[in-house]
Amino acid sequence: MEFHSFLIKYGEIGIKGKNRYLFEDALMHQIRFALQEVEGSFRVHKSHGRVYVDCEGSYDYEEATGALSRVFGIVGICPVVRLESKGPEPLKQDVVAYMEERYPDKKKTFKVESRRSDKRYPLTSMELNCVLGEVILEAFPEMKVDVHHPDILLHVEVREEIYLYSEIIPGPGGMPVGTNGSAMLLLSGGIDSPVAGYMIAKRGVALEAVYFHAPPYTSERAKEKVVDLAGLVGRYAGPIRLYVVNFTEIQLSIYENCPHEELTIIMRRYMMKIAEYFAKKDGCLGLITGESIGQVASQTMQSLAATNAVCTLPVYRPLIGFDKRDIVKISEKIQTYETSIQPFEDCCTIFVAKHPVTKPDLERIEKSEMKLVGKIEELVQTALESVEIIQIRS
Amino acid sequence: MEIYLDNSATTRCYPEVGDLVYKVMCRDYGNPSSMHRKGLEAEHYVKESKETLAKILKVNAKEIFFTSGGTESDNLALMGSARANRRAGNHLITSAIEHPAILNTMRHLEEEGFRITYLPVDGAGRIKLDALKEALCEDTILVSVMYVNNEVGSVQPIEEAAKIVKEYNPGILFHSDAVQGFGKYRIYPKRLGVDLLSVSGHKIHGPKGVGFLYINEKVKIVPIVYGGEQQKNIRSGTENVPGIAGIGLAAKMIYRDLDVKVALMRELKEQFLQGVAQIENTTIHGLTGAESAPHIISVGFAGIRSEVLLHALEERGIYVSSGSACSSNHPAVSGVLKGIGASREYLDATLRFSMSEFTTKEEIDETLEALYQCVPMLRRYTRR
Repeated sequence: MEFHSFLIKYGEIGIKGKNRYLFEDALMHQIRFALQEVEGSFRVHKSHGRVYVDCEGSYDYEEATGALSRVFGIVGICPVVRLESKGPEPLKQDVVAYMEERYPDKKKTFKVESRRSDKRYPLTSMELNCVLGEVILEAFPEMKVDVHHPDILLHVEVREEIYLYSEIIPGPGGMPVGTNGSAMLLLSGGIDSPVAGYMIAKRGVALEAVYFHAPPYTSERAKEKVVDLAGLVGRYAGPIRLYVVNFTEIQLSIYENCPHEELTIIMRRYMMKIAEYFAKKDGCLGLITGESIGQVASQTMQSLAATNAVCTLPVYRPLIGFDKRDIVKISEKIQTYETSIQPFEDCCTIFVAKHPVTKPDLERIEKSEMKLVGKIEELVQTALESVEIIQIRS
Repeated sequence: MEIYLDNSATTRCYPEVGDLVYKVMCRDYGNPSSMHRKGLEAEHYVKESKETLAKILKVNAKEIFFTSGGTESDNLALMGSARANRRAGNHLITSAIEHPAILNTMRHLEEEGFRITYLPVDGAGRIKLDALKEALCEDTILVSVMYVNNEVGSVQPIEEAAKIVKEYNPGILFHSDAVQGFGKYRIYPKRLGVDLLSVSGHKIHGPKGVGFLYINEKVKIVPIVYGGEQQKNIRSGTENVPGIAGIGLAAKMIYRDLDVKVALMRELKEQFLQGVAQIENTTIHGLTGAESAPHIISVGFAGIRSEVLLHALEERGIYVSSGSACSSNHPAVSGVLKGIGASREYLDATLRFSMSEFTTKEEIDETLEALYQCVPMLRRYTRR
């Protein structure tokens, strides 16, 4: 018996009152998007207050469940066997066949849970539970009934067709992307920023991203790597618009005019400003960074405050309290780790001072930046105008 | 505009070779092992290529074995002959500045129980013959020394080395990785005393994925891959007929008017060296005159990370290498530069410019011009 459908279980979005349909529609949209890459053709629809994916013809089961388990908002995926509606006698045979095939090891407890939306069906839900439970016990004497904590909870739903399912593949949870606006991710090519993007997207936020490119100090391959990372995050977050900003001249100007121990902080302040410019232009509601307190000199509390000071949009830092190894774990889970650790220089690692400030003083930083006045505005303008936009997974 | 000065990494295919490869792929696509006419037709390409290559090396056609490229040729030469001659001894000798295809294969053989001696090189990147004499012993079964070094272009004293080896014991096999030397020098293995010689297709304006190993008919060798027993069971696997046809034609073409082409490359090299000398704080690794390879120039630019200068040239359409392209994916500092005793400041600040017969004087002019602009500019911004 192969699976013909997936019943999609969703948690949080079920409790959103009158907005519920908006969330469901977003969920269905994301499911359709995720299934585009899967071999087979699928129909995603809502019926009786539930979301189903019907598989039309042959399809790749592994790919389909893999894709669905990356759609935020899904709590569980139940593979369903769909049968033509039939009387109790033939149904009994099908149920036995289902149990036989799905559970080679019969030393299990079970419970039958029937639902009947087709009220013309000759048996009520309670009667169905009894009849089907009995036939399973007869067929497999090793099996036992346990109504409180069964190993197998067999759902039998009678509607225009009969649905059998008993397994739940866990989904990623969260909320469907697109239900909570959008935000601009500062994507560096390291381990942290893709994870940060993933975590915010998980809360239903659509992503845009900005990458600062510094040729000839960084290579085409470094940029390629960021494009690849955006693609990997996009497996969860959906399409991403990636802004590639040429940052070289700005960086060199900071290098020539400001104290070296403050280079990184000042550079990051400019990155935030530029990211915010594109964020506002596109109506994003916040910025996202992969910062975590104290991880490097530019991520101490003082440094974070100094970079934060240039923004008016909220800056979301989902990794703020995470240790590196926790971040690595997530990056391995979402498969960005391998790509992140490819050894290409990014613009943060090139002009670092030997002893950068760890407790920058905002006033002093602002004073240092005064030395850029009259020079840097034009460079920033050029960087904004010459931005390259790459559409990821559109 | 594109100026390609990375010909030691790979070369542009001759259009005639490309056409031939296409024809063999799409029209004469038979399997040489097939019994029908289509197979025979394919076999002719293999035979013709073999004969062409044998003629260039002045060896016997049956001594040419096709492989997937330089790396496989080196692997087959070392592993195949070391394993086959294990009974005679377990000592192998090579140089410290070989290509990774040799060094890593040697490391593997070390795990199999062979003992390896790595010969040191002098400041010009040539093996020390005295060290070779000292290293030879009763257990030695194989010596492998490259023809031209891929990073600094030093030419090894193959003939002298082979002579020392054969005088010590004629039974010791001599292998040379000639991937960078073939197509620039006339190489006659039998006169040099070389028993095994590796060549790659894509370094001589031929296709990638094809190479060959010359194996003197007296050499005892065992295969490293097993299968349908093609090529006398030395190298199983359906022959890469398009590639084989391609490498044959490429070799024929590169050796046509070789002296004229090499003389031109030497002129360009001289021009480039003089131009580079105008830039302060640079150094040329290895030798420069007629004793060095005509196509490779390794230049150190103090104070500039090689990758940055490489990308700055790239922005101007000029393609070069930092160190050796084969190993520059992992930015470990070049073992060759260390081996020739280059000073520290140049280890991570060296570019390799490598020419081909297509390189022109104008391209060299333009490259020098780009260097005159980039080098001072980049030196303003160094890690302080």
